[in-house]
Amino acid sequence: MRFLKRAVPAIVAPAALAGCSNIQSAFAPMGVEAERTNVLFWVMTAGGTLIFIAVLIAASVSIFGGERARKLLAREWFVTAAGIWFPVVVLSTLLVYGFIALGAGAAPERAQNGLKISVEGELWWWRVTYERPDGTVVETANELHLPVGEPVQVALTSTNVIHSFWAPRIAGKLDMIPGRTNTLTLTATEEGVSRGQCAEYCGGAHALMSFFVIAQSPEEFEAWLAAEARPAEEPEGEAETRGRDLFFAAGCGACHTVRGTAAEGTIGPDLTHVGARRSLAAATLPNDAEAFADWIVDNQHIKPENKMPAYDIFSDEDVSDLARYLEGLN
Amino acid sequence: MSTTEEKKLPNSGPRPEHELEDLKRVWATPKGIRLVTAVNNTVIGTLYIGVAFLFFVLAGVLALVMRMQLAVGDNTLVSQDLYNQLFTVHGTTMMFLFAVPAVEALGVMLLPQMLAARDLPFPRLSAFAIWAYVIGGLVFFSTIFYDLAPKGGWFMYPPNTLTEFSPGDNADFWLLGIGFIEISAIAGAIEIVVGVLRTRPPGMTLAKMPIFAWAMLIFAAMIIFAFPAVILATMLLEIERAFGWPFFSAELGGDSLLWQHLFWFFGHPEVYIIFLPAAGLVSMIVPTMAQTPLVGYRLIVVALIATGFFSFGLWVHHMFTTGIPGLSLAFFSAASMAVAIPSGIQVFSWIATIAAGRKRFRITVPSLFVLGFLFIFTLGGLTGVMVAIVPFDFQAHDSYFIVAHFHYVLIGGMVFPLFATFYYWAPMVSKKMLSERLGKWAFWLMFIGFNVTFFPMHITGLAGMPRRVWTYPSNLGWDVLNMISTAGAFVIAAGVLVFIIDLIRNFRFGEGGAENPWGAGTLEFLPNDVYSTRSIPHVTSREPLWDNPDLPREVEAGLHYLPNAPTGGRETIVTSAVEAKPQYVLQMPGAGWTPFLAAAFTAGGFLLLTIKEVGLGIASGTLAILLCLLWTWQLDKPSQGEVDIGGGYKLPTYMTGPNSHSWWAMVVLMLVASALYISYFFSYLYLWTVSPDVWAPNGSPAPPSLVFPVGSAAMFAGGSALMAWLGKRLPEPNVRTPGVPAGLVIAALLLGGGVALEILGHMQTGLDPTASSYGAMVYMAPILTGQAAFAAIVMCLFAGARHLRGGMDKQRRVTFDNAALLYYYTAAQGVFGLVLIHGFPRLIG
Repeated sequence: MRFLKRAVPAIVAPAALAGCSNIQSAFAPMGVEAERTNVLFWVMTAGGTLIFIAVLIAASVSIFGGERARKLLAREWFVTAAGIWFPVVVLSTLLVYGFIALGAGAAPERAQNGLKISVEGELWWWRVTYERPDGTVVETANELHLPVGEPVQVALTSTNVIHSFWAPRIAGKLDMIPGRTNTLTLTATEEGVSRGQCAEYCGGAHALMSFFVIAQSPEEFEAWLAAEARPAEEPEGEAETRGRDLFFAAGCGACHTVRGTAAEGTIGPDLTHVGARRSLAAATLPNDAEAFADWIVDNQHIKPENKMPAYDIFSDEDVSDLARYLEGLN
Repeated sequence: MSTTEEKKLPNSGPRPEHELEDLKRVWATPKGIRLVTAVNNTVIGTLYIGVAFLFFVLAGVLALVMRMQLAVGDNTLVSQDLYNQLFTVHGTTMMFLFAVPAVEALGVMLLPQMLAARDLPFPRLSAFAIWAYVIGGLVFFSTIFYDLAPKGGWFMYPPNTLTEFSPGDNADFWLLGIGFIEISAIAGAIEIVVGVLRTRPPGMTLAKMPIFAWAMLIFAAMIIFAFPAVILATMLLEIERAFGWPFFSAELGGDSLLWQHLFWFFGHPEVYIIFLPAAGLVSMIVPTMAQTPLVGYRLIVVALIATGFFSFGLWVHHMFTTGIPGLSLAFFSAASMAVAIPSGIQVFSWIATIAAGRKRFRITVPSLFVLGFLFIFTLGGLTGVMVAIVPFDFQAHDSYFIVAHFHYVLIGGMVFPLFATFYYWAPMVSKKMLSERLGKWAFWLMFIGFNVTFFPMHITGLAGMPRRVWTYPSNLGWDVLNMISTAGAFVIAAGVLVFIIDLIRNFRFGEGGAENPWGAGTLEFLPNDVYSTRSIPHVTSREPLWDNPDLPREVEAGLHYLPNAPTGGRETIVTSAVEAKPQYVLQMPGAGWTPFLAAAFTAGGFLLLTIKEVGLGIASGTLAILLCLLWTWQLDKPSQGEVDIGGGYKLPTYMTGPNSHSWWAMVVLMLVASALYISYFFSYLYLWTVSPDVWAPNGSPAPPSLVFPVGSAAMFAGGSALMAWLGKRLPEPNVRTPGVPAGLVIAALLLGGGVALEILGHMQTGLDPTASSYGAMVYMAPILTGQAAFAAIVMCLFAGARHLRGGMDKQRRVTFDNAALLYYYTAAQGVFGLVLIHGFPRLIG
């Protein structure tokens, strides 16, 4: 028991430590599947710890134990009992439990709100598309909004390499494989922001391919989606207007879409409401004018190998105006 | 205790003095630069293990660089591109250049000693495989120094590794370099299967075999069935990269998951391929340290076989998150848990054995490493059960939890037993033992360092950190955990360094070390010299040295079998596979330049192809084949009549047919080839289920008229009949007739013609291998058969040439028999392919 008293805090303490900033931690679930898996984890960890301690005790007795205790362990029936019958019973039970835990996730409730969400893995960012019941399509990037309490089915695809969509606080991961569509059911249980990341190595900037999940009340979610569906607003200030003109003059629209304008490129992320997002470059940078400016000029250092060329053709003032225009797209 | 006089020993003494001198002369190790021509298992085995250990250190240094980069968040010590190369080379090197070669090296080094055989049955083949590995491996590793290293991960998943996403030669270094080293691993496996089954000492039935030999037998069998899958995968990917045949591209009917199936069909057994021999070693060390026979020997054998069997049924647990159906998940989850049971049996057998000793378990350095292994491996096994549970795997997969889990299993399950082995068996090849004091330091540093490094990673992973990231933001709560892991990694490195110091101070290659220092019961601790043991003992129990304390003296005095070199060359006794009854004396080749040179040019050929020097590459490859022919020309020595090995056994010195070792090796090679073809068969059907729309007759040109396949099949069948007919009519010795080579040439032409006709038929329908996965798969069948046919044709011509030079006739016919066996196999595979390629589209159309 003294061993247990020391061992348990030794295991839990670092976990708690990790908890001080747990925006991407499976230990702090805020989705139905993640909660279930967290319980599963702790049950298995407790069981595993007990078995591990039992094996250590058996090994210690076999080395240091008294004559009678050692004789007891030296029989073949001990091997059969501990090595065959015990694991057969424990593993069978665990298997059934595991499938009950999985089974609930395998037969998902249908999404009730008629909303279709798809996430496409790009090199190295996430294209997120919402199709509303009325057929309008809203595209955004690197950010997934979810209505709390409603199961949402997310179609996961890729047209380049394999990625894996992992939002640890909501659910487990599922791969995005060219030529296939995998469907992940997500049900957020509480409001709040969490973070996710690509879990399948996808070359180059795999480490810098993250996203945010924003779980909101259904009303807030609807409001957000309605706002997101609107075309971009015309810039108001002078710098912003100059920024917009530069944006078009420099050909940014060849890769990016700003709905409501002539920019209709689909290679890069949709920028219609980029200023309202939580991050730039797939959760690599914060979202402010300074980050926009850094990104335009220096993106190959910030996120090496990303598909956007670095634009060092602009003057400092140009960059600043562009950044202000983009920041204003919210 | 009976005395020597009362027992009936195979031979009487004292033996004539010249016998020992003969043995020493025949088995002498070449000196100086000619050391590279050596083929003796202790010499090349030591080289093998030494180079494998070098790769362990090198890949470990890469790990230290990665740990430094990850010590803090937002670090820029190592660039993204270099980091991606680092983890690819670290994983690839540890798996392909360290773990598998290291255990195979232990097989080469220890098996002949444990079986008291003079050498493995194909010494030059081992030498060839080892040199190919040394040269190919060093070149592969060096790519990290000039930015040419692959960066697709050790698992090389397409599409990321296709030319579109991985231009440059980096990925090709993996595909050709590693593909080629896999071939060397297969050569070693064939050697080990035949060695274990056919070169045991008289009386050592399967049930009396040391556990390590069992483990190596299963290890080799697993390599034979698992490696072909990854070899096929490697071929397909390289062909897609070089010629654009779309096996893995979804838009043309390929599927990237095909790679994952093939890769993990190899990759999961691979884990057990590494672990089983290590478990076998532990089963040898524990009884010695406890001074009592292993408790549950039979249970352990069953457990080893069960592990080997189950391990082929769990590959999909690496693919739980790819979106495969629930039923598959259930099956593979259950299988993944079931495989824990055989490991449990072994763990408890060891504990029972430790408890069974009359005296207490001796705590030596090997014991410490074994106990450390028990601790770490048990923990890794428990987390293994956790990740076998599908919903938990959805979270843990590709996170640092998995990094922690498999380092517990692999370092615990393989590296710790390996260090136990170094300390335990060093006296077999070193004049001095390694130091117990330094060994204890090495152990505690490695054990503590290991747990400090890898235990926190379980938490890091569930805290959300994915694998294979070169950096991470500092505000996610991973910094402290990563810093602890980095500190631990340096403690492990310190432990390895202490071991290296111990090696430098105490390891001296050569004979004359301490004799049986641990009081072991098995034959490798008999007194030995370059010729292995002076005479080959008659074995009556599992621990012959415990049951007959006089055995070392008897063996040393030459009172057991074959105390001399009756044919005047290198030889060992071949015994029957189950009962180990003496059957014949195998005449073995000695030192020679050809294995080394052939290996160098084989490696050269592959590497030149990698850097697209096609002409030079083919030249180098051709030279390698010529050297192999030159080497085999010197084999198949004629019969020297019967020789007396003692114990009333007068054995032949030449053997053909199903009793001969070469027949066994050929059959094993055919198993390898058929495993490759079965992988292909699976791939064909798999791609059809994924993309039926590109399949003939609707999605692609319909297969050609039946005239083509029927013509091919007729040529295969006719050639086989001709071979059978020739085999019955080989002339008597000293009769040379041009009819034999003429017949062999015709048979060769028929085989080549059958393959060519098949290709021609599809070209004539306009089927394009680059247009769809169907076309690519169709042409792949004759390519695979053509590959086997190429070897069979070379062997036919070789046998014909031997006949003309008086080296092949009715009695001395092994070269013909081998050619014929491969011929029949190739013809059968060809016909099977024809039925598939021409039958299947007609069936579904």
